[in-house]
Amino acid sequence: MEDLNNIYNDLIMEHSMNSYNKKKLNKCDLCEMGNNPNCGDEIEIQLKLNGDKIEDMAFTGHGCAISQASTSIMIDTLKGKTIEEAREIIKTFIEMIKRETTDEEELKKLEDAIAFRNISNMPARVKCALLAWHTVEDMINKTEK
Amino acid sequence: MKAQEIKKDFPLLLKRDIAYLDSGATSQRPIQVIKAIEEFYEKENANPHRGSYELSVEATEEYENTRAKIAKFINAKHTEEVIFTKNATESLNLIAYSYGMDNLKKDDEVVISIMEHHSNLVPWQKITKATGSKLKYMYINKNFEISDEEIENKITDKTKIVGITHVSNVLGTINNVKKIIECAHKKGAIVVVDASQSIPHMKIDVQDLDADFLVFSGHKMLAPLGVGVLYGKKEILDKMTPFLMGGEMIEYVYEQETTFAPLPYKFEAGTQNVEGVVGLGAAIDYIEKIGYNQIQELEDEIVSYAKQELSKLDYLTLYITPNSKNHSSVISFNIKGVHPHDVASILDSEGVCIRSGNHCVQPLMRFLDIDSTCRASFYFYNTKEDVDRLVHALNKTYEMFKKYINK
Repeated sequence: MEDLNNIYNDLIMEHSMNSYNKKKLNKCDLCEMGNNPNCGDEIEIQLKLNGDKIEDMAFTGHGCAISQASTSIMIDTLKGKTIEEAREIIKTFIEMIKRETTDEEELKKLEDAIAFRNISNMPARVKCALLAWHTVEDMINKTEK
Repeated sequence: MKAQEIKKDFPLLLKRDIAYLDSGATSQRPIQVIKAIEEFYEKENANPHRGSYELSVEATEEYENTRAKIAKFINAKHTEEVIFTKNATESLNLIAYSYGMDNLKKDDEVVISIMEHHSNLVPWQKITKATGSKLKYMYINKNFEISDEEIENKITDKTKIVGITHVSNVLGTINNVKKIIECAHKKGAIVVVDASQSIPHMKIDVQDLDADFLVFSGHKMLAPLGVGVLYGKKEILDKMTPFLMGGEMIEYVYEQETTFAPLPYKFEAGTQNVEGVVGLGAAIDYIEKIGYNQIQELEDEIVSYAKQELSKLDYLTLYITPNSKNHSSVISFNIKGVHPHDVASILDSEGVCIRSGNHCVQPLMRFLDIDSTCRASFYFYNTKEDVDRLVHALNKTYEMFKKYINK
């Protein structure tokens, strides 16, 4: 029950139900669809670049509270960062969820996304929290090719 | 007999403090089934049909006796009309590949319902594409039922195969299989009945239904995982080519040619899941001991109580037919504005096990214009207390979410 209250807290609930990041951008440089066919979650993430900086990001689509909030909070964290910084943050987030890192200094760069650290106690929901992050990881990797 | 007493036969339900409401996915097993498997390994284990020693003969007898028991249980005319598979999915693939591939021609039609499980849908997509035939759907009306009109409109002279689930795994609708079979036979089509969700709850009589094929999985009806049944009319099975090739299903094998064993062996390649078959036999004994009448009585009581209590929650959308005589033991629902996965996680924290998601029926979800549902599925071991725990946990979930919903 404690895990549950840690996860379904105000920050996550607000982001999942009423996110200001849930919209369409007028223009975007990168756009990708992420989905979890097992649960039917589908999110589309848009990303606008200025040089190597992420100038703006937004998402649309549907899914559970955890996948929606994780997407919205990820956008807050990544906006304004360079592609390289974003790559590092995503790596840290995935490591946190997989319990591969507990280094507090390292985790600080996740900003609000640290709210998902206890999701590892709910294995059935890990993929919900990771959906958006894996999608952006894919998008960034494609910019290199 | 009360559900409370029946629960005593189910070790898992005694050991875990849960409300198990996911029997539509897999049932729990009574001690009698668990013991039968233990006994088989302690006293009778050998490879059936292979050894020429007493132990192997006993294993073979056990295996074949269960086949006869199942034939009687579903009222098949001949014992060899019962083929063992690993589950309903394999049975359906066997029919699609062995019967469908050889009998469908360009412009023929296969008709299935929009509520089919992917296992009675995806194989037909594959086979119709490969043979140039068409796949058509019978849709449901606002009561979540297939109307007689829809059946008569969709099954035509072009129809060669009809696939229909006896009971929907999401809506719980009991389909009018008899009407569908009558209609199909008039047009010269054969009918494949998926009884996975019905046979745990109601008496199946394949001769009375006049089903050409009927399939089910053991694990939804108290038997172990990994054993299923394909029933087929002898005259149809006899003409079909084997599905899986290998040991036990042959007569003579030459370097370039092979002749196949007669029914039922030509469809049972390789060493079979004898443990599963023995367990299935014990499950049937258990069901017959309780009796379908008693099972239905217990389930009617619990399902109507659940419907009554869930209907009181105005934040819920229920996906069930209003015609209760056409409704089995599955109740799908959503909390308006809350995703089913979140509901399932919070229910889980209260010890209530339900399924959430698309339940392997994506086309039905799309037809209903929803992404997923929560599903509580009941069996005769469930009690009113299980329903009360479900309602309590749902209220709690709604309390957690309500201040954020549509703010």
